[in-house]
Amino acid sequence: MEWETVIGLEVHVQLSTNTKIFSGASTRFGAAPNTQACGIDLGMPGTLPVFNENALRKAVSFGLAIDANIGQHSAFDRKNYFYPDLPKGYQITQMDHPIVGKGQVEIMMDDGTTKLVGVTRAHLEEDAGKSLHEDFHGMTGIDLNRAGTPLLEIVSEPDIRSAKEAVAYLKKIHSIVTYIGVSDGNMAEGSMRCDANVSIRPKGQKEFGMRCEIKNVNSFRFVERAINHEVERQIALIEDGGTVVQETRLYDAELDETRSMRSKEVANDYRYFPEPDLLPVEIDDSYIEAVRSELPELPDAKKARFQSEYGLSEYDAAVLASTQDMAYFFEAVASKSQEPKLSANWVMVELAAVLNKSNTPISESPVSAENLGQLIVRITDNTISSKMAKAVFEGMVEDGSDPDTIIEKKGLKQVSDTSAIEAMIDEVIANNPGQVEQYRGGKDKLFGFFVGQVMKASKGQANPGVVNDLLKKKL
Amino acid sequence: MSLDRSEVENIAMLARLKIDEQDVPRYVDALSSILDLVDEMQAIDTSGVTPLANPLDSVQRLRADNVTEDNQREHFQSIAPATDAGLYLVPKVIE
Repeated sequence: MEWETVIGLEVHVQLSTNTKIFSGASTRFGAAPNTQACGIDLGMPGTLPVFNENALRKAVSFGLAIDANIGQHSAFDRKNYFYPDLPKGYQITQMDHPIVGKGQVEIMMDDGTTKLVGVTRAHLEEDAGKSLHEDFHGMTGIDLNRAGTPLLEIVSEPDIRSAKEAVAYLKKIHSIVTYIGVSDGNMAEGSMRCDANVSIRPKGQKEFGMRCEIKNVNSFRFVERAINHEVERQIALIEDGGTVVQETRLYDAELDETRSMRSKEVANDYRYFPEPDLLPVEIDDSYIEAVRSELPELPDAKKARFQSEYGLSEYDAAVLASTQDMAYFFEAVASKSQEPKLSANWVMVELAAVLNKSNTPISESPVSAENLGQLIVRITDNTISSKMAKAVFEGMVEDGSDPDTIIEKKGLKQVSDTSAIEAMIDEVIANNPGQVEQYRGGKDKLFGFFVGQVMKASKGQANPGVVNDLLKKKL
Repeated sequence: MSLDRSEVENIAMLARLKIDEQDVPRYVDALSSILDLVDEMQAIDTSGVTPLANPLDSVQRLRADNVTEDNQREHFQSIAPATDAGLYLVPKVIE
């Protein structure tokens, strides 16, 4: 039987505020345990939450970026459950009146095809603390620094049909939140975490199959692997005559498998009710417009501009517009070189290869945009050939110097001086009388041989165009 | 609407409340009578009434995003039953 995969993602994005969503404690990453957990974060009796305006602003900003309805009357609710890293015994979240309503994002696959994925909603909530299960005299250690950190939970429609689409969606959300500066998007530090709801159904069936929620998939790579494993597990289960039970499964990156989590209490019995310690949040039109006016050019708009302004392909434009840093770098190279397509190639092929190899972000590129632009100028003004440019580029990567210095140092200048090339051609003709005779006798293929000989004589520095022209005349 | 014994026990479990066996019938009666009152209220036609998220006729005040709370870990941990290396210690929880 042919199966179709149905995936919905819940992405938790940590908002990059200075302080917690409901307290004035710092959210700085990496502080000593419990030094950034104040009375409110600890759930001390008598404390009351006060909503952080910057968390609201960032949530609205995201809503506008995905073209969503902004909840102008939103409210907070309590989600009740017991766990030691949740000192109050409840999480403040939004159930019935989220800050962001229906929206959508466009994702692009590796083959350049695009697809719209619906966003059901995005709501604000507080993060929990961290439990450390290493041996503390047989006890569990609790660090509440993270407790109360503002999260935006972005819930997608079940529109995603493969693990690859899930990755593309996640990358798009990552791109948007980092573009508009609502999150640092640092997945290693947990700034973006993802739960995946996965089910399968026979191809063509309308009803959804029973779904499992996979928790703990916190990198682009793990998302793809975890979903693929879960899909294989469900298919094998059903084809063996079994049924999928709705449950929460945990992805174990080390074993590369998902396994059932012991259910905490009666599933989903969180007994939500309106949060009595917080009043409804009212947002007026002028607030929304003020936030809108602060939005930078978004990835999709930038992609469209790269296509129209620079004549790039949709795929190239999408790759270059995927992060602010990449887009900024590319535009700096293109502006220096005045050759956008060549600039796109150099950034996406040669530079990307170097950066990938050393796992360096483009913002810390060993070759500056100014220097890469200058290298392209030297190709277009015929100082060097494209082939020589690669050697110059290697030199630039090595010591970060500018292309002209390296061209000078390595003596890589392209020779376009006709008298010098003529002299080399004369020598080649004189040294190969047999081939000259055959060529003149009609063996046209030998032309390439002469070009090769002249290039060799010039140590690759002769301008191939000039060599071609002069050879034709001389032979 | 009335609750039965197992529902009351489940609610107590969710709330992590330990209740005495002999008190359960009393809780069943008391909680059921509250739900009876809710039933009575539900008979009222509320179509056209905007749901109320909070009884106060006011909206949420917002706080500027400035750090106002400094580190008071020692102060807070002085009343904790067990701590180590800055962490609060609790009975082992393994998911």
